[in-house]
Amino acid sequence: MKRFSVLHAIIKKELKSYFNSPIAYIVITIFLVFTGFFFFKDFFYFNQAEMRNLFQLMPLMLCFVIPAVTMKLLSEERHSGSFEILLTLPVSTQDIALGKFLAGTIFSLIMISPTLLYLITLMFLGSPDFGPIIGGYLGIIFLAAAYTSIGILASSFTKNQIISFISAWAACFFLWLLDKMVVFFPSKLGFISYFGTDYHFQNISKGLIDSRDIIYFVSICVLSLMFTVKAIEERR
Amino acid sequence: MISVNGLTRSYGNFKAVDDISFTVRDGEITGLLGPNGAGKTTTLRMLSCYLNADKGSVIVDGLNSLDDSLKIKQMIGYLPESAPLYGDMLVFDYLMYIAEVRGISGTGRIEEVAEMCRIKEVMHKNINELSKGFRQRVGLAHAMIHDPQILILDEPTSGLDPIEIVEIRNLIKELGKKKTVILSTHILSEVEATCDRVIIINRGRIVADDRTEALQSAAAGDKKITVRISGADFDTVKSAIMKVNGIKGVVRVADTSLTAVSISVSGNIEVRPDIFKIISSADWVLYEMKQDQASLENIFRELTIGGVNETV
Repeated sequence: MKRFSVLHAIIKKELKSYFNSPIAYIVITIFLVFTGFFFFKDFFYFNQAEMRNLFQLMPLMLCFVIPAVTMKLLSEERHSGSFEILLTLPVSTQDIALGKFLAGTIFSLIMISPTLLYLITLMFLGSPDFGPIIGGYLGIIFLAAAYTSIGILASSFTKNQIISFISAWAACFFLWLLDKMVVFFPSKLGFISYFGTDYHFQNISKGLIDSRDIIYFVSICVLSLMFTVKAIEERR
Repeated sequence: MISVNGLTRSYGNFKAVDDISFTVRDGEITGLLGPNGAGKTTTLRMLSCYLNADKGSVIVDGLNSLDDSLKIKQMIGYLPESAPLYGDMLVFDYLMYIAEVRGISGTGRIEEVAEMCRIKEVMHKNINELSKGFRQRVGLAHAMIHDPQILILDEPTSGLDPIEIVEIRNLIKELGKKKTVILSTHILSEVEATCDRVIIINRGRIVADDRTEALQSAAAGDKKITVRISGADFDTVKSAIMKVNGIKGVVRVADTSLTAVSISVSGNIEVRPDIFKIISSADWVLYEMKQDQASLENIFRELTIGGVNETV
């Protein structure tokens, strides 16, 4: 119970500080403008009541946006010295990493949630198939969590938020690119596509909820958070 | 009780703290004194479980800082150097956050510490907008919010104005009656004013560790008394005063209208009553008699500057 209240306090504080600064609103606006534009660009041309277009776009969009959300989570604490305060509170390093991760993920989901309005638009215009849509949103939740954990790991390495952003973006982009690069590799190396985020995301967004894809995303989160804890401990 | 055994910490090749050992009893105000870069902050950071020691251990009430750091952190209130608080938060929100993390519910305790540290008027200001003094006091409130047994304060009065310094010192003294306080400073008068005990650190090592009074009297060695009188010339005064027991020498001090002498006295002998009697019986007029307070400054200078010279 004690642990829960600590996590609750950390998450509350982080979300508050997101919404107290203009960056949150800028990031959300940019995200919505871009997704809105790309979603509706060809929407009426194809004349299909489906969101596949959005889900194809999402992994790449989130590559750029989520690092902007996570870049400050640990870097800023390092930069301002408030890390010293955080680490001398009776909170374990695991809870710090977990609390920040949950806060970042919740923020990302709040940012993505207005896209549900597109769904309402669809329901007015036609009768969409809910299977892929539910799968797609589930995939987005997993993807956002995985990218957030990578972002936090990047943020734990440096006190510079720009370095944190760029390295998180590079890592997320690389993982997104992986299954698209496979065509350049010899066929023996085809398994590499299993490491790509987009490969697993597209599986889920088809409406096929397979434990392999879920395990993939969960293990990215767990591994990144483990390394984050290590990185924090290392600097002590 | 806090006991520190052979604490060592290096940053790369630089040994910031080198084999430091001491114990602090409950209810003692201990001052960690040393020039800048002596290793005070590093020592306090290890005590507060922010940094891990390379070697050695910190044991607080029988708990080792390596195994039970969470429990120790609950017992300690820590104010880091220059109070690096979350600048974008309101003071109230910040204290609320700390209270929540520490498992304190309700705003009653927050109001209590706000009262104690006199920050009530800034509760709804952004921490970034506070003056250094207020920021420091918010930091103090943050350290005391869970009513800890042990307070560790890293340079609690740095950057404050003279009135605030006195206020904070009084607050620390008040707290020190019930709690164990460890503070660091490079200001000597601060230690003399607030601490029961001084640990002087230089270049990562302890060079002196004693009660404040003990160090002061050790520094005493030779006392100097300055006397300004009228009604007699220097030679008469000198020959009269030299008769008193324990006087080592009398030297003339330049003065425009009065006869001024500086008297050196050895050890802890109190000679002022005798001097006064001589002056009053001889019908001279005493304008001033001043004994230079034996200060830690001499000891501090000897111990620390000596250490620097060694390697220069």
